[in-house]
Amino acid sequence: MNLGNILTVYLKELRDSLRDRRTVMSMIIIPTLVMPLLFFVVGKVATGVFSKAKNEVAAIMVIGAENSPGTVAALEASPRLRIVPLTNDWKNQISEKQVRAAVEIPADFDATQERGEAPVVLMYSYEGELKSRLAVNEVEKILEQTRHDRVQAELSARGLPAALVEPFTIKWENVAPPEKVGGNKLGGLVPYMIIILCFTGAMYPAMDLTAGEKERGTMETLLCSPVARVDIVLGKFLMVLTSSLAAMILSLTSMGLTFAFAGRIFSEGKGAAAAETGGSMAMIDPMGVLWVLAMVMPVAVLFSAVLFTVALFAKSYKEAQSYVAPMIFVVIMPAIVGMLPGIDLNARLALVPILNLSLVCKEMLSGVWHWQYIAIIFGSTCVYAGIALALAVNMFKREGVIFRV
Amino acid sequence: MISAQALTKSFKDKKRGEIRAVDGITLEAQPGRIYGLLGANGAGKTTTLRLLATLLKPTSGTAVVAGHDVLREPDKVRANVGFLAASTALYGRLTAREMITYFGKLNGMTEAAVKARIQLLADQLDMHEFLDRRCEKFSTGMKQKTSIARTLVHDPAVMIFDEPTLGLDVMTARSIVQFVRECKAQGKTVIYSTHVMSEVEKLCDTIGIIHNGRLLAEGTLEELRSRYAEPDLEEIFVKIVEAKS
Repeated sequence: MNLGNILTVYLKELRDSLRDRRTVMSMIIIPTLVMPLLFFVVGKVATGVFSKAKNEVAAIMVIGAENSPGTVAALEASPRLRIVPLTNDWKNQISEKQVRAAVEIPADFDATQERGEAPVVLMYSYEGELKSRLAVNEVEKILEQTRHDRVQAELSARGLPAALVEPFTIKWENVAPPEKVGGNKLGGLVPYMIIILCFTGAMYPAMDLTAGEKERGTMETLLCSPVARVDIVLGKFLMVLTSSLAAMILSLTSMGLTFAFAGRIFSEGKGAAAAETGGSMAMIDPMGVLWVLAMVMPVAVLFSAVLFTVALFAKSYKEAQSYVAPMIFVVIMPAIVGMLPGIDLNARLALVPILNLSLVCKEMLSGVWHWQYIAIIFGSTCVYAGIALALAVNMFKREGVIFRV
Repeated sequence: MISAQALTKSFKDKKRGEIRAVDGITLEAQPGRIYGLLGANGAGKTTTLRLLATLLKPTSGTAVVAGHDVLREPDKVRANVGFLAASTALYGRLTAREMITYFGKLNGMTEAAVKARIQLLADQLDMHEFLDRRCEKFSTGMKQKTSIARTLVHDPAVMIFDEPTLGLDVMTARSIVQFVRECKAQGKTVIYSTHVMSEVEKLCDTIGIIHNGRLLAEGTLEELRSRYAEPDLEEIFVKIVEAKS
């Protein structure tokens, strides 16, 4: 192994890759822009759609309106509801989104209550449809208020205290430190983004520097040089790793800035949810972020080496894409599992690559430090990465792979 | 000098079983002379040259190139060989200067030595006009000149050409042939593979006829003509190949 030769190969690959549009896209542009775009564009669209739905005056129908004129009057008084005349195809109208919901008031509604029985008011809606749900919520709120007023009137008429039907109230209060709350809220998302971007950042250079070179005929030119093959592999591998780490660091920086910026903007009254997200990000333990970066290093090596090996086997860029693309699912699945609530790190899961990183990052970002697991994860990932790198070197020495036709 | 002894290379094929692409080739190429390897497509020319350039390892047999054994010192062999083939392309996103510098450095040359060498090669090959332009925009002629400069940057004692004129226009092919002659004039050992009879007639001091991985005949053009009582090289080639088929 000759460090000078490795550096020569690496610097050439770096220069070459920075002139390749696809690599620059995956290494710099996408990681930098994906978060702001996701947050501002998708967030803005989603906020717009939600507020439009919220401000809509929902058309509803009342079945059995004559059974309780008082209830109908209460519904009519709501500025968010518009009662339209009942038609026979009311179910169809809800399905066609012409009407958002329907309420059925049973016969003798008021008289039944007078007798001390509890009649059932039925609400019909389009499940999973936002505007229908908002209309049902509004109807339910009005009905609850009507019920509450009736109970209070009854109690008052009988000289009984209001607390009789509500002897105590319930309140929630958070006692966890803010960084733990922040880490818990976003701790799943951050490692997920890091893992995906680490992988996609390495994808294009890995294919370009191996199968791409074979296809363009420059691999044979390079092999004519007296440099040992291990030096060529390591130089190329370092370039793939650089791209992977650059994608990850840029995405983390961009994510941090986006959330901080968005938190400030949205806290000025433009969106409570976004402000909360921004606030949560600001509360994430900074020490946790540094540790996440350290833990990602061997995973980046693992990704780079595996991608390099797989792409090297292909004879063309297109063939390499067909091998590498399905690997995204192999990476995404454990990353998603790690995001699920209720899955906690244990000694066995600490040995599962990618999933272990996802879980430990979630813990570290919320300020929980299981040092024994951190050591197992770092150590095992280093071993996996070492094996993958040795495999890459071995593959590069095989004539059948390099001159595969 | 190149000296190959019973050089053999076998590949395993799922359908056809073991294939001997090169089957016991023994040949010798001398400094200041051009050895022409003449054969049809698939005869084993490229595999033979890749074995001599240590891109492939022989299954059996060996070769000594510029005083180094291909099995024991492959890196030293490559340091003394300039390999030019239709399949050795340029890095499109690098300029000609960057390309030549890269290969100079890979051959262990200092920055100053590479700079001086590029100046000399650019003078000789008339490359100054496009030296700092990216290779992806080059005409075929410019690409060939850059490839030649790449093979010569470390001033190798042995030059291996694998069908270097394949797919080139007449003018570019002529400049390649001229360049091969210059290598000979400089005292380099040259081995040149082709299936173009006229190139062999014009260039080669010794001709080796290769078919199905075997060297069937070897000699100067005159020796082959008298041995097979035939003035035309193409007829000689057909006679030799048909006799073995």
